[in-house]
Amino acid sequence: MKNNSEKIVKWILIGITVIFLFIMLVLPMFEVIYRALKDGLAAYKTALTAKNTLSALKVTLIATIIALIVNTLLGIIMAWQVTKFDFKGKNVLATLIDIPFSISPVIAGLAFIMTFGRSGWAKPIVDAINNALGTDIELVFSVPAVVLATIFVTFPFISREIIPILNAQGRDEEEAAALMGASGFTIFRRITFPHIKWGLVYGMILCTARAFGEFGAVYAVSKARGKTFTLPLEVDALYMSGTADSITQAFAVSSLLVGMAVIVLILKNIVEYRAKGKKSV
Amino acid sequence: MKKAGKGKGKVVIPGFGMTMGITVSMLSLLILIPLASVMAYSFKMSLPEFAELVTRPNIVQAFITSILCAFIAAVINSVFGVIIAWVLVRYEFFGKRLIDGMIELPFALPTAVAGITLTKMYSDNGFLGKAFERIGIEVAYTKIGIVIAMVFIGIPFVVRAIQPVLEKLPRSCEEAGLMLGASRSVVFRKIIFPEIMPPLLTGFGLALARGIGEYGSVIYISGNSEKNKTQVVSYIIMQKLNSGNVDYEGAAAIALILLIISFVMLFVINVIQHVASKRTSA
Repeated sequence: MKNNSEKIVKWILIGITVIFLFIMLVLPMFEVIYRALKDGLAAYKTALTAKNTLSALKVTLIATIIALIVNTLLGIIMAWQVTKFDFKGKNVLATLIDIPFSISPVIAGLAFIMTFGRSGWAKPIVDAINNALGTDIELVFSVPAVVLATIFVTFPFISREIIPILNAQGRDEEEAAALMGASGFTIFRRITFPHIKWGLVYGMILCTARAFGEFGAVYAVSKARGKTFTLPLEVDALYMSGTADSITQAFAVSSLLVGMAVIVLILKNIVEYRAKGKKSV
Repeated sequence: MKKAGKGKGKVVIPGFGMTMGITVSMLSLLILIPLASVMAYSFKMSLPEFAELVTRPNIVQAFITSILCAFIAAVINSVFGVIIAWVLVRYEFFGKRLIDGMIELPFALPTAVAGITLTKMYSDNGFLGKAFERIGIEVAYTKIGIVIAMVFIGIPFVVRAIQPVLEKLPRSCEEAGLMLGASRSVVFRKIIFPEIMPPLLTGFGLALARGIGEYGSVIYISGNSEKNKTQVVSYIIMQKLNSGNVDYEGAAAIALILLIISFVMLFVINVIQHVASKRTSA
């Protein structure tokens, strides 16, 4: 009797899970593909090779790669800082690093406008640097602005993944190595890195996903279609044009992003699987 | 054990000065100074101006819409999140790994893509929209639509918060409860639920925070109508940055309120985690 009712509960719960996730996650994927291909393959290809789409793809890749490099380096350094040393205000620092995680992306964009924008207080500083170097770098409404906004929203992703691993690992190994005269870089490469390897890769994958998909923050600091737009902004512009054709094109560009998202998910699962395998050995 | 630290011994691990310098300077340059600019900007207003602005009916309504919808979505996600985490941890069935692998889809999928897709699905010519219309419910361009978008982006937060805790919870506790004659519902209420409560609250808080600030996935399905009360806070801020009537001070003032809400929630989440970790280590 008891076993039977247990089985019923089990299948009801599995049923709820499958139906809920099917409607919420799987159906939207099919919807994107269906709408992207509505006007046939030729139209799909045209949408993907449009000038604006290619430009957006380029900006997206630039922003994602730079954000990934900067945040990987910073993430490792910050995680090392808050786990290997004791100092006053350590918890505050750890919380501050997490800020971008919990604030609206729109505020991130706004923050850069208010710092470097026309009436931003740092605008004269940027101008002075530009004058001195003979450059013409704009930190709002430009590709560098898109990069900055992307770095902002993905800032905590990597340190968040490494900090728990380093905390669990402790400091004994590093201390022993330091006492035996190893340099900081050697300690990191030979001792710390093997521990955090998978966590680091995992964080980098999440960082990549968020970077190419960011919308709100980038939207605030990017206004020139075909120049500073990223793929999500191009999707928005096409969708908002409102004609049946442009909406289909919006979904065609979306399908590209869906593909990237699926690749990210597959990589993430491979990494998780590998990391788990390592632990059980 | 603790070698590093003031007075307890010499710091032997190298790199304190360098990592401290880089961490603090980059954190300040990239995150703190830009955020401080938002605050500084909103302080340009006098207090009465500030108060007048943030108490305007449409802005108060936007805060109500954002918080209310995010709250409802977080509650829905908590219920389904517990069920999904439970199913993924406790049961074996065909396709489980696939389901487990796609939980993070809302993280990986750009919000704008999610936004336009959900809108098309639930608008009156989309097939789910038609189904809901038949039972007399309008989803797209209403608060229900906003909630659905927020449920979509919030699922992974709750599931991934609870899953590791459930994995660590030994089955022997439940079995002991059952052996002693407790019913399954009593075992769940008295043994399992107290254990998953702290991570559930964390997941709830993260989903709520994400929902309140959400922009990309919400703005298409909401319709952004002042009359239908479907404008969210981030939409109002963005509106003040766009179009002809740029209003940076107004945007900064509203952003400041939103920032305060976020900080309070971040603080509460940290306190919950702190209390929970103390309890389990005791």
